[in-house]
Amino acid sequence: MALMVVKFDLKKRVKLAQFLWLMYWFSVMAGVLVFSMGLFFKIELRKRSEMMDNNESHFVPNLLIAVGLLACGINALGGKICYDSLDPIKFSRWKPMLKPFLVSCVAFNCLLVLTALLCFLMRIPLQFTLAEGLKNALRFYKDTDTPGRCYMKRTLDQMQIEFRCCGNNNFRDWFEIQWVSNRYLDFSAKEVKDRIGSNVDGKYLMDAVPFSCCNPGSPRPCIQYQVTNNTAHYSYDHHTEDLNIWKRGCRDALISYYGGMMNTIGALVLLVAILEVIVMIGLQYVNTSQCNLANPEDPESESEGWILEKTVKETFTDIMDKMKAMSKGNAVEEGGVDGVATVS
Amino acid sequence: MALLKLQFPLQRRVRLAQSLWLLSWLAVLAGAFTFSLGVYLKTELLRRAEVMDNTEIHVVPNILMLVGLITIGINLFAGRVCQDSLDSARFPPWKPFLLPWYGLAWMVCVWLLSAVVLSYALQGHLEESLKVGLRNGIRFYRDTDVPGRCFQKETIDRLQMELRCCGNTNYRDWFEVQWISNRYLDFTSKEVKDRVRSNVDGRYLMDGVPFSCCNPGSPRPCLQNHLTDNTAHYNYEHQSEELNLYNRGCRQALVDYYMGLMNTIGPGILSVISLQMSVLVSLRYLQTSLDGVDPENPEADSEGYILAKGVKETMMDVKNTMFKLLQFGQVEAGDEAEAGADGEKAATSS
Repeated sequence: MALMVVKFDLKKRVKLAQFLWLMYWFSVMAGVLVFSMGLFFKIELRKRSEMMDNNESHFVPNLLIAVGLLACGINALGGKICYDSLDPIKFSRWKPMLKPFLVSCVAFNCLLVLTALLCFLMRIPLQFTLAEGLKNALRFYKDTDTPGRCYMKRTLDQMQIEFRCCGNNNFRDWFEIQWVSNRYLDFSAKEVKDRIGSNVDGKYLMDAVPFSCCNPGSPRPCIQYQVTNNTAHYSYDHHTEDLNIWKRGCRDALISYYGGMMNTIGALVLLVAILEVIVMIGLQYVNTSQCNLANPEDPESESEGWILEKTVKETFTDIMDKMKAMSKGNAVEEGGVDGVATVS
Repeated sequence: MALLKLQFPLQRRVRLAQSLWLLSWLAVLAGAFTFSLGVYLKTELLRRAEVMDNTEIHVVPNILMLVGLITIGINLFAGRVCQDSLDSARFPPWKPFLLPWYGLAWMVCVWLLSAVVLSYALQGHLEESLKVGLRNGIRFYRDTDVPGRCFQKETIDRLQMELRCCGNTNYRDWFEVQWISNRYLDFTSKEVKDRVRSNVDGRYLMDGVPFSCCNPGSPRPCLQNHLTDNTAHYNYEHQSEELNLYNRGCRQALVDYYMGLMNTIGPGILSVISLQMSVLVSLRYLQTSLDGVDPENPEADSEGYILAKGVKETMMDVKNTMFKLLQFGQVEAGDEAEAGADGEKAATSS
């Protein structure tokens, strides 16, 4: 009992082939879209690679690029097959290839679903990468004279301005590191000597943040220095002051930025997978309807098309039997060889 | 002597009509392109409308939008005309509309050219408008509690950060304005009282700038206060310090930005003008060649030209026609006056 049998006359077959050819071209464009999204994602990761740990993984964007290219190739081939399906001579050349092609389409669809899943899950490793990377970036903020790190200050300032964030978890991260370079500290001044003497590592720590943490939407000019000292500024209470500097940490800001991007890409890849399943089913119908003409000599006769020749259960048991037969066949062959060896 | 006469056998006429159809569709796209350029320029000008004093410069995008729509319309018409042109039954109804169409197409080209010229000519006006707008923006920076001006601070801060500029002409503009609101000044402290008394208007002036003037590319953390005092900061000399703040003034930054936009738009508009002119010339040739076709023998050769007589003769003809119209008007008025005078004479005599 075949699965989802549909009767096809010549007109219906022609319409199916034309519709499917159009759908294949949409799928090629969808493949191009997936490829470009992978490329975009890779570029975005590269742009902020200084904020990430060294072992950041570009696996997901690379996979997207590969899947996009593969989709273009498979769909172009499918479109060609559809185009030739209405000509019996050309189609007979494609016939032996169709079954393996359809099996590879099934495998490709599974790969697409896996890619979408990976897109949604990539948030987790990204979180760890960013935590580590931002911690180091904050430490190297002052090293504008060290080769290899001299642009860290500019990168971090521009990132805090663009993403409206301050520090790693929040603005207090700046209180724990020395972000003013020793070149600009007057070591003969009492204040500097006091601060350096006040901690074990001899770092110049202060309750201040860089200017890039300032919120332009604050009604008062930005208070960067002595942020936790209420008496240092007129009419200031740091517990209630919300708008002075950004409250969000840059890790959260970057995770939500990349997370939003990955969710969109994952959803689009799922849609492309659905499209691929539809064209695959369409191609199976074209294949079966062309192969089962009621009158093989007359190309205009009626035919039947189906998705699977037997029901799902029977097809599954068939595949299992075939696999068992293949493995038994190997065992029998080996037994035969051994038998021959012992006899002789 | 006709201007730029060309021979048109049937095959050439057909090809002219086909290429004109294609050209007119390209011109429709060009019209849509012009309209979208106008919309883009207008949104860019509106984005910074708070730091502009007047809207004189808006005439350029307005012209572009209007002319873009007109271009789409006339080229759709041209496409329709040339689709019907090779059918001798359907072409004649279009003929009376062609002369006004030429006038309209010519006006479109003139307007587009004037838009390009205006975009350069109005640069001075733009600069003046920005000067006044920025001066007000800087003066009202501190009024974050005054309704209507409470967003000036955020606008100016974002402008300075995005365009990498500081102040109107340069950062010293901030020294002449009190940019800290009185709400945040402790009037009991000696320093504040000294500063307020040190100038005639009683303003709290200082040699400091807001944080948005800071340059992220500076190797040292930003110095915002006591900028002209070398002793206030370690290892600091304000004459040689270049990277601490942005050196450019916001007026110059905005003018450069908008002039860059106009320079990019200019060549696009010039190519739209040339496309429209080619549609105009092609349609004129098509019309004159079809007019010259002998109705008995529709497949014969014909001649096409741009003007039936030379340029000078055509101008004389136009002048004479207009003269006649005026004279006709005058003669009619003269007749009426005579008839009126006769009537009066008759009335007085009777």
